[in-house]
Order: sequence, then structure tokens, then C-alpha cells
Amino acid sequence: MLEYTVKRIAWGVLTVFTVTIVLFAIMYSMPGDPVRMIADPRTPVERLEELKVRWGLHHPPHIQYFVWLSRVVRGDLGTSIITRQPVTALIARRFPYTIALTLSALLLRYLIGVAVGLIVAVRRGGWADRLMVVTSTVLRSIPGFWLGIMLILFFSVRWRLLPISGYDGPRSIILPMCALALPLVANTMRLTRSEVLDVMGEQYVTTAHAKGVAYNRVMLKHVLRNALIPITVVFFLSLPWLIGGSVVIEQVFAWPGMGRLLWRSIVGQDLPVVQGVVLIIAVLTVVSNTLGDIVTAMLDPSIRDEYLG
Amino acid sequence: MKTVLPEIRRFMRNRYFAVGFMIFLVVVFVAIFADYLAPRSYREQDQPNRLRAPDGEYPFGTDRYGRCIYSRVIYGSRIALRVGLIIVVIQTFIGLVMGLLAGFFGGYMDKVISFITDVTWSMPPLVFALAIVMLLGPSLDNVIIAIAVVSWAQLARVVRSKTQAIKNRPYVEAARALGSSNLRLVFRHILPNILSPIIVLTTLSLPSAILSTTALGFLGLGAQPPAPDWGVMLSDARNLIEIAPWMSIFPGLAIVVTVLGFNLLGVGLRDILDPKLNI
Repeated sequence: MLEYTVKRIAWGVLTVFTVTIVLFAIMYSMPGDPVRMIADPRTPVERLEELKVRWGLHHPPHIQYFVWLSRVVRGDLGTSIITRQPVTALIARRFPYTIALTLSALLLRYLIGVAVGLIVAVRRGGWADRLMVVTSTVLRSIPGFWLGIMLILFFSVRWRLLPISGYDGPRSIILPMCALALPLVANTMRLTRSEVLDVMGEQYVTTAHAKGVAYNRVMLKHVLRNALIPITVVFFLSLPWLIGGSVVIEQVFAWPGMGRLLWRSIVGQDLPVVQGVVLIIAVLTVVSNTLGDIVTAMLDPSIRDEYLG
Repeated sequence: MKTVLPEIRRFMRNRYFAVGFMIFLVVVFVAIFADYLAPRSYREQDQPNRLRAPDGEYPFGTDRYGRCIYSRVIYGSRIALRVGLIIVVIQTFIGLVMGLLAGFFGGYMDKVISFITDVTWSMPPLVFALAIVMLLGPSLDNVIIAIAVVSWAQLARVVRSKTQAIKNRPYVEAARALGSSNLRLVFRHILPNILSPIIVLTTLSLPSAILSTTALGFLGLGAQPPAPDWGVMLSDARNLIEIAPWMSIFPGLAIVVTVLGFNLLGVGLRDILDPKLNI
């Protein structure tokens, strides 16, 4: 297990490293003079050369990369070109909103997905099972941002039940949470169904039934526990993926999170901010992928053996 | 004909495939004959009739420039189909080449390609695509490139593992012993045997390509006005939702129906061709 863990972490570090190179390359190949972009527009032309040296922009790209990387490692993501504020401060202010939105969406998705998946697995082949295939295909076909607009149309404009956009107390989170979670419920339902069916076919479940253990007890103590632990762990580690999806949803609801910051910075060509946000999302994703793989391997040794080959 | 007909009947007996195929035919028909089906051009402005609610004259109403939303939704099918198809062709090509090289040759080649695949796979696709669009500038062509570049990894992984499983089978060994070149081994013996998962994955990647392009269009980073892109239309509609709800209903329904059609087609194909494929 230790060997697998070490290898997997090394792999993760290598991935993060590659992502930083890609990000730096994207920033470096942006058209336009970087000094002019970062400097105050009122700076006289003769001072630009001096600033270029002070910021280390006269170095060749690989030196610039390591200078940038060493600052990033120390937690300095640079300064926004538009607002002139530190990127870390900009992100820190919006991070809680994005986490609140994505975490609650994840929770909603989990509750609905696992409940439905469990029911249709137990009643396999019944009408609920067949209905689920259709429902999950339809859900997967709805763009989250359009679902969001429709939710606004009915719950905010027509029935005046919930705020139309922005952050205005905890009630504001309900609609974006649904718009983010519902199209993704389909996957969770299908995953739960197949995991539960797998476990139900295991010998120890048959043995438990044969011993005369009550049906509900078998389902709770044997099936649910063995099927749900891996799903739950890996599921909650998928949080960074949801952050990616929240960019569009935050835009629909004018939610003051990181996704909206990313969008505004892309439109405004605010490079350091884009770089910072994408880097943070990338690191979060790699860390949770790594953790997810390690946990899965702990629970299921066959995966680990396959990997170590 | 005698051998084709029972095959078609076998496919159409799968209800997902049948419904998906019908929707697919309708969308293609609408895209091809848009000029005859749309009552107006997608950019014709009828200023006195701005933001007009749906009625006999304008079945889906008009937008803030007095453009016919019905006509724009019809023309929008062209953008969705064209963009979806180009993305799928590019990403299938990349995925196939990467997967075949890694699976067939193994060793060092496999290590390098698997690493690239893993890095691509571990990034949230939309965020990655946004960064690329920022580099290239917002336009429909750049969105096509960005989405194709971030979404080939799944196919590459499947092709790699299927190729690995097949390349040491006796009939491949026999062909190799008879002196077949690598190229011939891949095209004659390996590719035909892994075609089913490729067809299924490719069909299912079309709807997600359409969803991603409309999302980027909605963010204003894809197709630019006055193009009748469904995502662009929805981003206009979002700001006018309180006075012109019809603007946001119809383009969205068009996306849902089109994407649903292709998803059903994909699910049906999976049931028919490769029921064990887990996607």
C-alpha cells in the first residue's frame, strides 16, 4: 500500500508541475507587451524599460517560469491588472461563496442520486428502474445554465418566491444549487445502482440471506455499507470538478464566487487573476484525484495491483 | 438489401435508438432546409415589433432588435450541428491516435502518452477550455479548438486498454508472424475489433460538445452576435427574463431536444453494440 501511495503522490506532484508549465506557457504566449499590461497606463514610456527589469520580464522564458513558480509557492499570485489588488485577496474573498454553492450542490446531488439509485437497484427491472434510464438521459441533456434561467423564470419572476440573482441571504443559494446539481444527478443514480447491484451479487450477501438474517438488516449492514463507502469518499472528492461547472451557473445567477471572477477576468484580459484561479482549481483537482485514487485502492486492493502491475 | 433490412430492424427495435434516430433526422432536416423552413432571415430586424410576445406572425416572439426567434432557432441548428461534428471529428482523431500508439507500442511511448492523457483528464474541461479561449481570443473557431483539445482523453483511455487487450490475441500474433506491417496490423486487425466502443463514445461525445459550445456561447466567449447560436441567444434572454420570457424558453428547448436525441442515439447504440461498456 505504501508503495502505491508514494507512486500515486509522485504522479500527482508531476501533474501539478505540468499544469503550472502549461499555464505559464499560455500566459507567456499571450499577444501584447506584458510590461504595458501590468504597468499603470499613465507610466511614461521611458520608465517601462526600468519596470521590465524590476519585474524580471527581461529574462528568457524558462528563468521567468522559475521566478514565477517560486513566488506562487510562497503564496504570491501577483496583482490584478484591473483592480490592482493582490490576486490571493481577490480569490480569498470569493472562495467561500463558491465552496458554499458547490458543496451544497454536491450534497443535494448525493442525496437524490443515492436514494434513487438504491431504490431502483433493489427493484431492478421494475417500472422505476426503466423510468430511471429515461429520466437520467433527459436530465443529462439539459444545459445547467438554461435550467437556471428556467428556475429564475418560475420561482423568481412568476411566483416571486426566491431572489432573482446575487447574494441576498442564505435563500439565494437554493436556485443555483439546484441548477448545478440536477443535471449531474443522473451519473450518481447510475453509479449507485451498479455498485449496489454488484454488492448484492456477492457471496457474503447470499450467505447472510441463507443464514436467515432479516432482509432489511442485510440491506443495511451488508449491502449499503459496502456499496456506499467507496461511492461517498470518491464522490466528495469530485468537488473541484463541480467548481468548473459552477463558472456558468455563477454567471446565470450573478453569484459572487470564483467562477464569476474567472469570467470577468477572462473578458477583461486580467491575466494574473485568470492564472491564479485556474491554478487553484487545477491543484484542488489533482489533490482530490490523488486522494480519491489512494482511498479507492485502500478499499479495493485489485486496483492497486493493476496499477503497480 | 436482404442483409441490410434485418439489421435496420434490429437497431430500430431498441426504443432509445429509434427515438434518438427520429430526433436526429428531424434536426438534420431542419438544418439542411433552414432556408425554406424559416419564415425570415436570422438577422432581419423588425424595429416596430421589438420584444413581441409569440403570436401567429412570430411563433416564438421577437428579441430586442425585433428579430424572429423562430427563424433564429431554426438557423441555430446549423451552428450546433456543424460545431458539434467538427469537434467530434478532431477529438476522435486525437483520441484514436493517442490510444492506438500507447496501447499498441507500450513501453516508453505508453508512459508518455498516458501521462499527457492523465493531465488532460484531471483538469475540469470547462476551466481548461476557458484558459485556451482566453489565449486564442473569443470566437466560434477557437471554441472548437479549445473543446476538442480538452475532451479527447476518455476515448484515448478506452482505445488504449482495448488495444492492449487485443494486440496479443492469437490471430494478431499470426498476422504478425506472416509479416504484416504494424500499420496493417492496426488497420486490419485491431481497429475493426475495437470499433463498437469507438462508435458509442463518439456518438455520446457529440451532445456534450454541443452543451459545451452553447455554454461558452452563453458566456459570450464563443459565437459572436448576430450569429443565431442558441447559447448566445440565451445570454441575451437572461437579461430580459422579466419582460420577455419567451426569449429564453425556445432556444433552450432546442438545445434540450437536440442533445437528448443524440444522447438517446448513443445509449441505444451502447445497448446494441457494446452493453458492457461502462460510461
